[in-house]
Amino acid sequence: MSLWKHHGNLERHSLLLIIGIVIVVSIGGLVEIAPLFWIKNTIEKVEGVRPYTPLELAGRDIYIREGCYTCHSQMIRPLRDEVERYGHYSLAAESMYDHPFQWGSKRTGPDLARVGGKYSDAWHRDHLVDPRSVVPESLMPPYAFLATKDLRTRDLQARVKAMTAVGVPYTQEQIDQTLADVQAQADPFSSDGPALRKRYGAKVVSRDFDGDPERLTEMDALIAYLQMLGTMVDFSTYQADAPANQR
Amino acid sequence: MTDTVREKDEHSGVETTGHEWDGIRELDNPLPRWWLWVFYACIAFSIGYWVLMPSWPGVSGYTRGLLGQSDRAAVGKALSDLATVRGAGAAKLKTASLAQIESDPELQAYALQVGASIFGDNCATCHGAGGGGSKGYANLRDDVWLWGGTLEDIQQTLTYGIRSGDDQARMSQMPAFGRDGLLQPAQVADMTEYVVALSGRKAAAAAVTRATPVFAEQCVSCHGPAGKGMQSVGAPDLTDSDWLFGSDRASISSQIHNGRGGVMPAWGNRFSPETIKALAVYVHANSGQ
Repeated sequence: MSLWKHHGNLERHSLLLIIGIVIVVSIGGLVEIAPLFWIKNTIEKVEGVRPYTPLELAGRDIYIREGCYTCHSQMIRPLRDEVERYGHYSLAAESMYDHPFQWGSKRTGPDLARVGGKYSDAWHRDHLVDPRSVVPESLMPPYAFLATKDLRTRDLQARVKAMTAVGVPYTQEQIDQTLADVQAQADPFSSDGPALRKRYGAKVVSRDFDGDPERLTEMDALIAYLQMLGTMVDFSTYQADAPANQR
Repeated sequence: MTDTVREKDEHSGVETTGHEWDGIRELDNPLPRWWLWVFYACIAFSIGYWVLMPSWPGVSGYTRGLLGQSDRAAVGKALSDLATVRGAGAAKLKTASLAQIESDPELQAYALQVGASIFGDNCATCHGAGGGGSKGYANLRDDVWLWGGTLEDIQQTLTYGIRSGDDQARMSQMPAFGRDGLLQPAQVADMTEYVVALSGRKAAAAAVTRATPVFAEQCVSCHGPAGKGMQSVGAPDLTDSDWLFGSDRASISSQIHNGRGGVMPAWGNRFSPETIKALAVYVHANSGQ
């Protein structure tokens, strides 16, 4: 019973009690979260995952600003029905440059983890401007204003740089060329296209995403982001059955 | 709080904890038995769970558990088991040619089922639930085809897409005659009348006459001298009543001005070849052919 007597000491000194509570509560966090930072197989080794281009990053900011995540998840779970509908289950590596990640668990609308390339840019534009013009049963609100709102780029370089603080490996060159890369990705005729692809990979496509070649709008950025989702990993070479990739 | 001696409460007969707050003492009732046993059972269960299932993180990995449970292995197996669930039809779909699928009623019925479910989940988003299309998205219910309506044509379009960025995508680009200054605004207006006349509607005769040589010079290479179109380059027949981007004068004028071309994604890297075959058979049958 001597242990219980000492417990009385803890209960009588609020500072001791606080320290005791912090120790007990943090054990759960230390056991569950801390190892994820050092265990090597937390994130699969895959080819192709890269930091977002500045235009995609800007689109992602709009995605978060508009609260798309409240209705759309970006996480295909390893369940048969989900894989049949949405494609290969999501890998940890695919969201390793997401800060914060957009996995979510609320699906009022469909999962968007692999929506990239599934529809045309024109469809995305039509759908964002008036969802019911293409999907009559949709209950998504319209986002027509994105097509008329100029994309704010003056702080974009700082936003790219901020990502490096949380571990996204943007190079100094990528940070320096932020504005050039935004223009190059939104303009199919830009002479900076090859430089953009040299910095971010051959798969990056320069297109006029919103169908309005005169302007760089928030619609351009959001569609560029959506069209990239889930397209980075080449699943024809990914060894899903390899022991190292099993979870 | 002061410590007093543990004593029996005279009303309930239960011992007190021996603590006293401003004259108030606390009964030391035992925990309910059922609750205590559930608590012990949970502890015992968790130990069993640690042994059997992946649980404890370590320095370089985690304990895998005796059962070797893996969600990813499980879904891999569930997906390969689908072949058994889907039976002979799925196996035949892999080897049969498109024509064979269509000539075998049983296999065709199976392909139509597969096609309908894939279409509903992927294609209906643009082409509409029944495939009727809308402005900018082709109607698949009629027998008017931009890029050809044979089974092989449809399979090709499905696999590689139209202007999708795929190396083998169907590719063509109508010039933006107005935007890029190839035609003056007045010429675009004349050409609009010419196209309206081509489709058998009433149009301003003077404008049609002015546009005739321009059409012969600029448009015939894709749309043909009679405006009947050319499927190898996806150029639509301008003489029928089927209009992808709208039939009214404003739509036609806008199309001549901007030269918009629709984009269909490539599905070859999303679906297996047999799924695309089923989809081609479905789309073909759905068009009434």
